Amino acid sequence: MSDLESRNPASRADNQDAALFGQTPSQTVGPFFHYGLPWKGGADLIGKSDMGARPELFPEDHYVLNLSSPTGTPTGEAIEIAGRVLDGAGEAVPDAMIEIWQANAAGRYASPDDARDEVAPDPHFVGFGRASTGEDGVYRFRTIRPGRVPGPGNSLQAPHIALSVFGRGVLKRLATRLYFSDGEGNDFDPVLGLVPEERRDTLIATRRADGSWWLDIILSGEGETVFFDL
Amino acid sequence: MTDSLAYAHDDAGAPPSRFPDYRSTVLRSPSLPLVRIPQTLTEVTGPAGCWDRLMGSALADLTTQHEGAPLGQRIIVTGHVLDEARRPVPHTVIEIWQANAAGRYIHGKDQWDAPLDPHFTGAGRVVTDGEGRYRFVTIRPGAYPWGNHRNAWRPAHIHLSLLGPAYATRLVTQLYFPDDPLIEIDPIANAVPMPYRDRLVCRFDIGITEPNWALGYRFDIVLKGRDATPLEEEA
Repeated sequence: MSDLESRNPASRADNQDAALFGQTPSQTVGPFFHYGLPWKGGADLIGKSDMGARPELFPEDHYVLNLSSPTGTPTGEAIEIAGRVLDGAGEAVPDAMIEIWQANAAGRYASPDDARDEVAPDPHFVGFGRASTGEDGVYRFRTIRPGRVPGPGNSLQAPHIALSVFGRGVLKRLATRLYFSDGEGNDFDPVLGLVPEERRDTLIATRRADGSWWLDIILSGEGETVFFDL
Repeated sequence: MTDSLAYAHDDAGAPPSRFPDYRSTVLRSPSLPLVRIPQTLTEVTGPAGCWDRLMGSALADLTTQHEGAPLGQRIIVTGHVLDEARRPVPHTVIEIWQANAAGRYIHGKDQWDAPLDPHFTGAGRVVTDGEGRYRFVTIRPGAYPWGNHRNAWRPAHIHLSLLGPAYATRLVTQLYFPDDPLIEIDPIANAVPMPYRDRLVCRFDIGITEPNWALGYRFDIVLKGRDATPLEEEA
């Protein structure tokens, strides 16, 4: 009876079923991700602050996430980007999470898949950040204004930041971009050019009096943000 | 960029963004079609090799984060992160979070009247090894009621978040447990059409189970792979 020690129940249709092999389907982050994902400083790509986290939503002794640990100051123009996440009724979404991915000031991604020798990486800039929205639905990042990166063929893309939107009621990541209203090359950007002209404004941040760049993300309905099928 | 390949699109198992049985999706999903764009350097790159700096050091055992042991069934959850060609995805971060054994989250907005466990937070993170393997020790989460409709209950689940090699491979999902009757009637799980929903159900494995210590479950995560279309041809 030695096989008793290794006997498994009959296999069934589940994660290990070879006939079902394929992409793991997406599911929502739900409303309770704050103690698991957005760490203190996750939204501060420049310095050492608590931006991005919502530690007031759970007891302090249950904070097991990271603390920001900058290695130095990245090169480039420090900027703040912010905006509201709104639902199809115009209500603020207080349980959304935004991630950003962007190039450094010289237009280089801190990624092994950007292997260009002619553009310098910045050892102090990762280019990835994560922010939860506040009760007012506002997300906020401190980062570096990105440089231009290559597009398809010989094109050059206008400066942009890739955004991912998650939240309760969001079954799969919504992908969009943030451009700058004064960005060099906006008129010829290969991605913006694929967006119907009347909807391009939904991707273009405008500068506020305090110098921050503002872009609302409207999940549905009037003024709906353009989301991408990558 | 001439030798870069694009990542695959969603396969047939992907849920729609709008699934009215899950009520919150109605006002929180695009009403207009997504705009198809080519994958540029932006979409095929992603952070790598910086997980400790970004996410902090690994937290693979959720049962030893506090002074005492959490209540509930101790379990091991392990598997591989793979791409669609079954190649391992090494050195990539997995973050998890979950409710406690009673189905209660350590979150101020979870108002369900089930006990909190001072010895259980329910959040962890690991980086896959060179063969794409990961392993967590935790406790089996409980089911819990939610407000989607009268008598709505979520099946027991663990949330998982993966970045993979690129912006294009980002995935947030949920792991369910075998033989949970709630999966079949849960609007969130049901947003994934059958038979693909079963990809989200882990498998009990006596080989992972450790005598006199913990039950073992296997769960592989498959990220979008690079298909045969060079980036420039998509443009």
